[in-house]
Amino acid sequence: MKPSTMKTVAGYIAGLIFGLGLAVSGMTDPARVLGFLDVAGAWDPTLMFVLGGAVVTNFIGYRLVLRRPNPLFAERFQLPTRQDLDARLIGGSALFGIGWGLSGYCPGPAIASVGGLTAPLVAMLVAMMAGWFLARAIPARG
Amino acid sequence: MDWNSSLQGLAGGVLIGLSATWLMATLGRIAGISGIVGTLITARPKGDSVWRLTFVLGLISGPIVVMLLGGGLGNVAGDAVDVTGRVIGEPAGGVALMLLAGLLVGLGTGLGSGCTSGHGVCGLSRLSVRSMVATVTFLVAAIVTVFVVRHVIGGGA
Repeated sequence: MKPSTMKTVAGYIAGLIFGLGLAVSGMTDPARVLGFLDVAGAWDPTLMFVLGGAVVTNFIGYRLVLRRPNPLFAERFQLPTRQDLDARLIGGSALFGIGWGLSGYCPGPAIASVGGLTAPLVAMLVAMMAGWFLARAIPARG
Repeated sequence: MDWNSSLQGLAGGVLIGLSATWLMATLGRIAGISGIVGTLITARPKGDSVWRLTFVLGLISGPIVVMLLGGGLGNVAGDAVDVTGRVIGEPAGGVALMLLAGLLVGLGTGLGSGCTSGHGVCGLSRLSVRSMVATVTFLVAAIVTVFVVRHVIGGGA
């Protein structure tokens, strides 16, 4: 197969496994996510197991993969290089957290839930895309 | 504690970790949803968009596959009869609340260069300090938001 076809297929497989993981873990249900965030209520620890399982697996996975000189179907590994902490990172993350707490949706579960589309989910997705355009329009300082 | 949910959470988490490892192994990319999809939508980079689109299609098909399997692998925290409907849960609010929440999620992940997957799963796996700070920040902001909504405004509902 052509390299471009391999990239296309590899992208689909990555998305599929990710979507399966979200569904199996119950993270496509905002009630579960909000149950985790509600530390003063009937706390639901599920998200902690999801994040823990993902980080430990991927920590080992990255260590194995990044020993190789390059990825299978691309020229090079594209890893973030920035180390600085700035207002954009912290302020942006705080805004995201407020939106996450209001809805129980972070971007992955919101998009993965398209198979059960409802009017509020459409509103969430359209507004999220508008937010991405807005963020691009706000120039980074310095 | 509900051990069934915890084990399913762990199993789903391992799948998400494998997805992130796979994307790095094949395409050399961080599996951050806001980055993958946000760049696709706002920039549509030439020669770098098709895998983003197929990733989104895969992401959407994951829960559908679980539903087609009858939810046997899915979130069965509720009663067994309603399993299919429970793979994809109901939004927690109406259109107006979701418009506000969506805008904050888009703007925030755009400005902060990542979300639960990019900073949380991938960044923590790389022991990135920026991602650790981002993850603690959005977790605390989300916990405070839920506390205010449910226990201050909502009166402990």
